[in-house]
Amino acid sequence: MFMNRILLEGLIVMPTVAVMIKQVPDTNAKISVQGGRVDLSSVKMEMSPYDVFAVETALRHKEASGGSVTAVTVGGAGAEKILKDAKAMGVDNIVRVWDDSWGELDSNGLQSVLKQAIEALGVDVVYCGKSAADTGAGSTGPGLAERLGWSNASNIIGAEFGDAVIVSMPVEAGVAKISVPLPAVISCDKGDVKPRKANVKGIMMAKKAQVELMTATAPSSTVAIANHSMPAAKPAGKTFEGGSSASQVVQLLRDEANVI
Amino acid sequence: MTNKIVIAELTKGTINPATAELVSAAQSMGGEITVVVPCTDATTADAAASYDGVAKVIAVKSEVFAGNDSSGWASALDSAIPNGTVVCLATARSKDVASRLAARRGLSIVQDVVSIEGSNLTSPIYSGKANQTVTANGDVVLTVRANVFNAVGSGSSNDVSVVDASGDVKTAVQEVMQRASARLDVSEANIIISGGRGMGSPANFTHLEAVADTIGAAVGASRAAVDTWEEIPHSMQVGQTGKTVNPNLYIAVGISGAIQHLAGMRSSKYIVAINKDADAPIFQHADYGIVATWEEALPVLQDSFSSLLG
Ligand SMILES: Cc1cc2nc3c(=O)[nH]c(=O)nc-3n(C[C@H](O)[C@H](O)[C@H](O)COP(=O)(O)OP(=O)(O)OC[C@H]3O[C@@H](n4cnc5c(N)ncnc54)[C@H](O)[C@@H]3O)c2cc1C
Ligand SMILES: Nc1ncnc2c1ncn2[C@@H]1O[C@H](COP(=O)(O)O)[C@@H](O)[C@H]1O
Repeated sequence: MFMNRILLEGLIVMPTVAVMIKQVPDTNAKISVQGGRVDLSSVKMEMSPYDVFAVETALRHKEASGGSVTAVTVGGAGAEKILKDAKAMGVDNIVRVWDDSWGELDSNGLQSVLKQAIEALGVDVVYCGKSAADTGAGSTGPGLAERLGWSNASNIIGAEFGDAVIVSMPVEAGVAKISVPLPAVISCDKGDVKPRKANVKGIMMAKKAQVELMTATAPSSTVAIANHSMPAAKPAGKTFEGGSSASQVVQLLRDEANVI
Repeated sequence: MTNKIVIAELTKGTINPATAELVSAAQSMGGEITVVVPCTDATTADAAASYDGVAKVIAVKSEVFAGNDSSGWASALDSAIPNGTVVCLATARSKDVASRLAARRGLSIVQDVVSIEGSNLTSPIYSGKANQTVTANGDVVLTVRANVFNAVGSGSSNDVSVVDASGDVKTAVQEVMQRASARLDVSEANIIISGGRGMGSPANFTHLEAVADTIGAAVGASRAAVDTWEEIPHSMQVGQTGKTVNPNLYIAVGISGAIQHLAGMRSSKYIVAINKDADAPIFQHADYGIVATWEEALPVLQDSFSSLLG
């Protein structure tokens, strides 16, 4: 069903592009903890913000090289909404990977499952977000690349598409242009690209689109969530009136805070 | 207690002092500690020889560490370091390398750890709106935020052994566009002074730069400043869609303290806010708040820093 590479005149290789997307709470949402767990029952869910840049970059890759884009999420049935959102933006196929026995996958479990899905789909390049808005981790892209034995680049702010993807990314000295040979996993920061909005036609197509279901085998977790908690409230700070108080603050930074 | 392997953070070719914080983070998990120094020249590792509480220091020498390819870094390190729980600093590059290293060893990774009790590791989630504590059963790879753990002392003289390693580099740098200014980047600074829309114009950021030069700080910005003024590049943006920073000191000037800005800087050790509006939300997060216009406050701040450090 999923064709790996489509050969045109035996010359042009059109890549199969995948984009990994995750459903997270709206970043404006108030987060509360009930019984040692974050309570998401009344929180609006959406596609993780950096994943929107990843979808845009994946679509541009296809527009430059041909081929197809498949959006993949690992999650329960509730996560299908973001697959439809990706479809409305223009991806070709939408895939949800899940098994009800999984519960909370640790990073080893999640990456193992994604590796199996990406291999089954026969993908040449995977785009993802630089970090998910819930975990903030940034582990999945590079971890998946290692498991697949692929190259990777993280936190890219621009991309040009050819036999290799030439990415722009910040390094110590400035911004580097780096040639990333395919197959590769590339994680996207907010960059020069402005993600497209879904148009009416896209939204109509997305409504009718079929979500493909896949499953995989997950290793048992070695890292288990013990609990969630609210960050300790910061003790009230000291407030001063008027610009001249800046001198007192500098003195406190030296004597009390020891940071200067 | 299994071995703990601390990967020294390499910054511009030398050991970042935050490496001493990684050693103390590793100590709180128990076990014997090995410090591994990725380097191109083994003398780089000398700075780690004095750390207290360390069983051994290994300098892993490889040309891959001159570059940024995380496949190269992870494969070279993997070949040279023993099994155990691996501890790295939570910087952009090290988080990438640590993720690859964990995957290479079939381990889970826990990023941005800010507190450790035995095998319980706590990290911020939802941009710091909550914390998550996980229990590690067996070895893991973790990255630790800077400025959270106390540094270990440095009165020892550990032996340094040298291992040559090679790595599987997959990507190639084509060109590097040098940063336009020689200024520090917010992601590498211990002190940051950021300006928001309240600065009124991009030209007024020179006042922030003057303070930054006095105290060795980087200059950051809110998204409103970046979006409003072309002269303020996105690389300066702190927040949910900018950079996450946790310096020792963050000075917010003319920034209201929107939730998305807080997401990028609330874990700073000390926060100073200068804002003319006493009700600005930023004051609820500031250790020291100055209710004043920046026009009034910055010259005094500048003079006081100068006379203290002058
Ligand atoms: C999805 C999303 C992502 C976002 N990501 C980010 C992000 O990464 N980073 C970010 O910063 N924002 C982000 N934002 C935007 C955020 O919501 C705020 O709009 C933004 O942080 C406001 O910037 P500001 O504080 O500079 O401006 P304002 O909110 O306009 O505040 C200006 C402040 O300056 C003060 N002021 C005015 N004049 C003076 C003076 N002379 N002296 C002293 N004080 C003065 C005012 O009292 C006011 O408090 C994001 C928003 C969304 C929806
Ligand atoms: N459950 C998931 N399903 C699909 N993609 C994911 C999932 N979790 C993480 N990702 C991808 O990996 C990126 C980084 O996630 P993280 O490593 O958790 O910060 C996200 O922005 C997504 O692109």
